[in-house]
Amino acid sequence: MANAIELRALRKSFGQTRALIGLDLTVRTGEVHAFLGPNGAGKTTTIRILLGLLRADGGEATLLGGDPWRDATRLHARLAYVPGDVTLWPGLTGGEIIDLLGRLRGGLDPKRRSALVEKFALDPAKKARAYSKGNRQKVALIAALASDAELLLLDEPTSGLDPLMEATFRECVNDERQAGRTVLLSSHILAEAEALSDRVTIIRDGRAVETGTLAQMRHLTRDLVDAELAAPVSLDGVPGVHDLSVTGTHLRCEVDHDALNDVLARLTAAGVRSLLCRPPTLEELFLRQYSAEDSAERAVAGGQG
Amino acid sequence: MTAAAHVGPDPAAPRRRAALAVRTGLAGTSELTRLAFRRDRIALPAGVYVITALVAGTAYTFRRLYPTPAARAALAAAGGTNPALRFLYGRLDGDSLGSLTTWRYGIWAGIFAALMTVFIVIRHTRTDEEAGRLELVGSAAVGRQAALAAALLTAAVPSVAVAGLLCLVLPLVHLPAAGSAALALSIGCCGLAFAGIAAVAAQLSASARAARGIALGALGVAFVLRGVGDSDPHTGAAGPSWLSWASPLAWIQLVRPFASARWWVLAFPLAIFAAGTALAFGLAARRDLDAGLLPDRPGRATASAFLHGPFGLAWRLQRGALLGWAVGYAFTFAATGAAAKGVGQLLGTSSALEREIARLGGGQAAITNAYLSAIMLLAGLVAAAYAVSVILRLRTEETQDRAEPVLATATSRVRWALSHVAVAVAGAALLLAVAGVAAGLGYGLRAGSAGSQVARMLGAAMGQLPSALALAAVAVLVFGVLPRACVASAWTAVGLVVVLFLFGQVLKLSHWVLDISPFTHAPRLPGGTVSAAPLLWLCLAALAFSAAGLAGLRRRDIG
Repeated sequence: MANAIELRALRKSFGQTRALIGLDLTVRTGEVHAFLGPNGAGKTTTIRILLGLLRADGGEATLLGGDPWRDATRLHARLAYVPGDVTLWPGLTGGEIIDLLGRLRGGLDPKRRSALVEKFALDPAKKARAYSKGNRQKVALIAALASDAELLLLDEPTSGLDPLMEATFRECVNDERQAGRTVLLSSHILAEAEALSDRVTIIRDGRAVETGTLAQMRHLTRDLVDAELAAPVSLDGVPGVHDLSVTGTHLRCEVDHDALNDVLARLTAAGVRSLLCRPPTLEELFLRQYSAEDSAERAVAGGQG
Repeated sequence: MTAAAHVGPDPAAPRRRAALAVRTGLAGTSELTRLAFRRDRIALPAGVYVITALVAGTAYTFRRLYPTPAARAALAAAGGTNPALRFLYGRLDGDSLGSLTTWRYGIWAGIFAALMTVFIVIRHTRTDEEAGRLELVGSAAVGRQAALAAALLTAAVPSVAVAGLLCLVLPLVHLPAAGSAALALSIGCCGLAFAGIAAVAAQLSASARAARGIALGALGVAFVLRGVGDSDPHTGAAGPSWLSWASPLAWIQLVRPFASARWWVLAFPLAIFAAGTALAFGLAARRDLDAGLLPDRPGRATASAFLHGPFGLAWRLQRGALLGWAVGYAFTFAATGAAAKGVGQLLGTSSALEREIARLGGGQAAITNAYLSAIMLLAGLVAAAYAVSVILRLRTEETQDRAEPVLATATSRVRWALSHVAVAVAGAALLLAVAGVAAGLGYGLRAGSAGSQVARMLGAAMGQLPSALALAAVAVLVFGVLPRACVASAWTAVGLVVVLFLFGQVLKLSHWVLDISPFTHAPRLPGGTVSAAPLLWLCLAALAFSAAGLAGLRRRDIG
């Protein structure tokens, strides 16, 4: 089984609201796949369809080789899920809930459980009522990570964690990857996806707008060049140069990959004092992806109007 | 006086008021009160209406059932001296229509008023705080005391409304105006007293459920205190014992609204309201948000072997409520069972009431059996309501996203739903068993045949189980098929059955309509005969409804 998750043209509407309009998503077995998108893009709806909590209106969905709706219970024995907004039973303690969820999944490793409780610094004897959002999230995370599931579905798992615990979480996800488990990580925090994921799918308005490894996605895009020069240089009209801004001898622009050699030659000819050339962060990719779509939509709307 | 006073209002007055509101922590109270009224816009008028209708309806019914002074005197002589009835209804001063109304529903109207204010106060204080809503509200320009003040105002308004409405309505059914006002005010004041008690309870525990438990526990203690005090036959003439004076519920009758009213007794509930309010404000000023005064004890760091799988979880979530229900059942049915001993004499006084009881119980020859079978029918109805509340917990778990983590494990939807259904079935059976044993003991100990009565009443109570389960299965059906409307429609079904139970034959509804209620088909025990066919059909209906509901649940979206 090469793919842990395969979604084709998935559709789901709630009344008039169209949550998913033909979503494609492929998660390969053994990879950490980041599922990125802004609030309301359809990430949680997708995950709930994968869990068989919602029934898709159309399209195909395969989860661990089965049908997420029909084979829900059988498949759930092989996965662990951390909801984005963790609500717990206020009268039960964190420790009781971890054990309960573990038993419901078909058992958890007591050694790993106590190691994780230690690692995440959780007080398992406290009633869930007394936990903060971060602590509630830790309960769900520990329950999921201590299980033997082959697939982890994590819906914005770090939204309540402090930076220290976030680092702990990243360690844990890397351990899971070493152990050969598959992880689908939904997030709107790009640094998290950048640090953890093998491949990324960006979703917007119920549709995947971009998917691939980070390297592949950067290949489609440009490098950022920021240089301090000995003398001013003009890059106006050079093919492959975008968003150029020159202030005296300081130059900043974006350059297509195949134009990079040419641009660097021109810069060194003028004399370089300092040079920064780096791939864009996912953040920048993300922003560009969205602003491009917006302007395209505006253009279409303008054309019709 | 300055000239400004003549020209118009002091321009600085609003600012001064605002400054005062900030200093006292009451800023935002009026906004929060309006929000509370908006949220409770249906429940508040409904509560006021039910209490008013209960008292006024009783006065009207008594007028019809006991038209002559002689009939009323006979009822008063029998009912006012029966210890079990005095335990349930309280003491009787005189035999006027007003006194009989105060006896029959004075305390119970007080209980309903107290329930109303307790639920309102806790809902708008600790429930909001526990849910985190108060944190959001408190971050705005809202004082620390505003939520408590708004909750107390929201509880005070319906209390005052009940008092005002009864002042107007009772004279319309020909009760004396002064007595009507005294009864109306004592019921309203009882509501206020428990609003004060609930305000303190809301400060004590960090959990809304526990805070409600404390306030309702106080109500239960008040009921039993005065029950014991009122039922003491030796104090019948000399006035009630001090135990009754210690209970806010007894004050309603200690005012003696229709027998040379003691208006000064009204100062007691008002003092409780004032003291409770002051104490609650004092406690609220000293504690942190989300904190209680009672410590939250640490629990187990690991789950016990019993908390295993969906059934263990459902039991864990529902066991506390079931225990409370069982205790309530034991007390109520022991007392109503004990009252059966005097029912024969009581009914000899009124052929109209005799007919009334016979109607409720289904026309048995022996009045005592009719009474006992009527209270067993009541036990079955309330057990059905309990089972419905247990099943609707499924919907709460679903909407509050607590079903999701369970359903994301190797737990099928049907198994998850069945875990709560199992608690409903076992719980309803347990409650009916408690009702049967308690009523059997209560009646049997007074009639001198405890052993045989317990067995007889246990059988009578269990005869109601198929009807209760058939009604509860409607909740499973709507939960699976109409999730969004399931709470409303399940309670509507319960309400419909209650209406058919209370008024079905009075309204001379056709048999076809009466047959809708599963309790129309329940055996009339003790005294009646049992045939297997209707019980079998009821069980089949329960199974069919449940199966359809579970099939619907498997097909629909969760959440």
